[in-house]
Amino acid sequence: MKQSRIRSLSILFQLGGLVLAFGFISLILVLIGANPLQAFSLIWQGAVGSDIRIASVLVAWVPLALATCGVLVTFTAGLWNIGIEGQITIGAIFTTGVIRLFLNTSVNPILVIIISILAGMVGGALWAALAGVLKVFGGVNEIFGGLGLNFIATALNIGLIFGAWSRPGVASMSGTEPFPVEYWLPTFQNYRFSWYSIILTVIGLVVIYFLLQGTHFGLRLKAVGKGIKSAFRLGIPTWQHMLLSFLVCGLFAGLAGALQVVAVYHRLIPSISSGYGFMGLMIGMLINYQAIWVAPIALFFAALNIGGIQLPIVMKLDSTLSGVIQGTLVLFILLMQGVKQKVLGEK
Amino acid sequence: MSGDIILLGLAGVIASGAPIVLASVGEALTERAGVINLSLNGLIILSAMMGFWVATETDSLLLGFLAGALVGALVSAIVAFSSITLKQSQVAVGFILTITCRDLAYFLGNPIMGRQGPIMLSTPIPLLKQIPIIGPLLFQQSLMTYFSIILIFLAWFWIYKTRPGLMLQGIGEKPAAAYVRGANVQRMRYFYTILGGALVGLAGPLYTLSVKAGWKGTITGLDGIGWIALAITIFGGWNPIRVAFGAYLFAFLQWLGLVLQSSWTFIPSQVLQVAPFPLMILTLLLVNLGNTEWMSRVLATLPDGVRNRVTKLIRSLRSQPPAALGTPFERQ
Repeated sequence: MKQSRIRSLSILFQLGGLVLAFGFISLILVLIGANPLQAFSLIWQGAVGSDIRIASVLVAWVPLALATCGVLVTFTAGLWNIGIEGQITIGAIFTTGVIRLFLNTSVNPILVIIISILAGMVGGALWAALAGVLKVFGGVNEIFGGLGLNFIATALNIGLIFGAWSRPGVASMSGTEPFPVEYWLPTFQNYRFSWYSIILTVIGLVVIYFLLQGTHFGLRLKAVGKGIKSAFRLGIPTWQHMLLSFLVCGLFAGLAGALQVVAVYHRLIPSISSGYGFMGLMIGMLINYQAIWVAPIALFFAALNIGGIQLPIVMKLDSTLSGVIQGTLVLFILLMQGVKQKVLGEK
Repeated sequence: MSGDIILLGLAGVIASGAPIVLASVGEALTERAGVINLSLNGLIILSAMMGFWVATETDSLLLGFLAGALVGALVSAIVAFSSITLKQSQVAVGFILTITCRDLAYFLGNPIMGRQGPIMLSTPIPLLKQIPIIGPLLFQQSLMTYFSIILIFLAWFWIYKTRPGLMLQGIGEKPAAAYVRGANVQRMRYFYTILGGALVGLAGPLYTLSVKAGWKGTITGLDGIGWIALAITIFGGWNPIRVAFGAYLFAFLQWLGLVLQSSWTFIPSQVLQVAPFPLMILTLLLVNLGNTEWMSRVLATLPDGVRNRVTKLIRSLRSQPPAALGTPFERQ
């Protein structure tokens, strides 16, 4: 009885956060002289208004869900993997590098695609390991280590696009020379999304759910996340688990980057990570680190992102409104969670 | 390069270091009280846009800076409320705010992109400006730059030489002990978080009204500065003078990068642009290495004479955070 009352109260507080967030955003829109309802319905139409748009939402869902899966592992270990943006970028660079290596050889393109995706995952994991080593052995907080590594990864990416891997003739912000069609992950009919990406993402979601809920490793990570000292006293090798959580997160980030190259852009572009890593961190906080919610909330965030593209065209509003909506939502839900704990007298 | 040009460049370093001084000294005050305000990066961008907007609408620099400080205080009040009153993770709310403020700045700032705005001119100080070397270096700056220099010493004096400053150290190191001595820990943490945030909020308009005059949306070039300021706070060991040294060092290296870029064209400009970040990691590594466990184990194996010398070197570099940084305070 009491349990169910607390649960329904909890949902009430979350709904309250939702209402407050949309109230706040509506207020801002009214203040700048825009119609909030028109903006919201435009975003909705922009996300689900046509087959092409729905396909675009699915395209954005893949890296977003994968990034969120990754950061759930580091969050569980009590770590803030802000370096995930860089890990996605390095994954994309490794994938592009491998495809370029085999481009004019007789190796079967399908095999090349598989190897390149695996290489991307390794690249992401290596970059994550770097942040992990800095944290564990250098005492450098993972937030700053990761952030610095993000900027370095971006510079490396742009350096390659304008330097060693530049388009013959003109190097430009549009990226490297697109690969021949054989090296693309097959897409569904003429839409931009690929079933293979979706399947890989679903596998990733299942893996993370069971890894965190049902394995010894997940349990130990939780112990490390709750308190390093007590975990150590329990006999859990703490720094090894912290490093491992970085590695697993890096694998997911690398996969996201790899799929952006082989399934979406078919080349390396300057903003290959597109902020999906940071958004993954936000989703992780919003769903209170519960793996079961990754898929639907990532879909919602992806829809906001794609829907926002219509704003500048129709209403002359900047498309960053999507980001503002996402951030405000996470902020108010978090605040309401705090209010709930205070009111109910929980910890 | 002639001496005059170098002197002009160094005066520029003092000016371009000023916003970083404001931001990192402000953050040092907040963190001294035991609160991490991680929203710096977004806060600086948002206050830069708002300050510029208000200054162009009202044609008043003063109102522009006040708007920036107000934005800083408001955003930091959210950090204070959620972490002090609601006891939520400071890192979580700071991260959400840093992303959201940045997006909000680009969203609201869209219509004023590329507008012409007022620019703060320098105000040379009579007599003092004529002192050789020091005059052109320090006394031909803008009013905000003077303020940033005064702030360094004011903050240092406040923390180390006054009674309230001693209390400030107390609530960041041992809040329970400070509470027993009569300090209102929660209220003081609110005060220093909002004060620090207001100082950070001055850094934004200082860019858009002076150092990098104008608002150009995402290409204004402010993304990343807040993170650097946060790292400089750690590098400076939460001591305003050492923090300011870090800020000027950063500004100096940026200037050096610009100078080198024109003469060393073989280095791609992207490399020099991100040079501060590996440097940031390296300096954090240097100041933190002494805190790691394996370092003390390695040191224990060294012969006494060598160990003493190495320990001394590490100690001089090391910076330790206030003991209660990032943790909520509960009255027992």
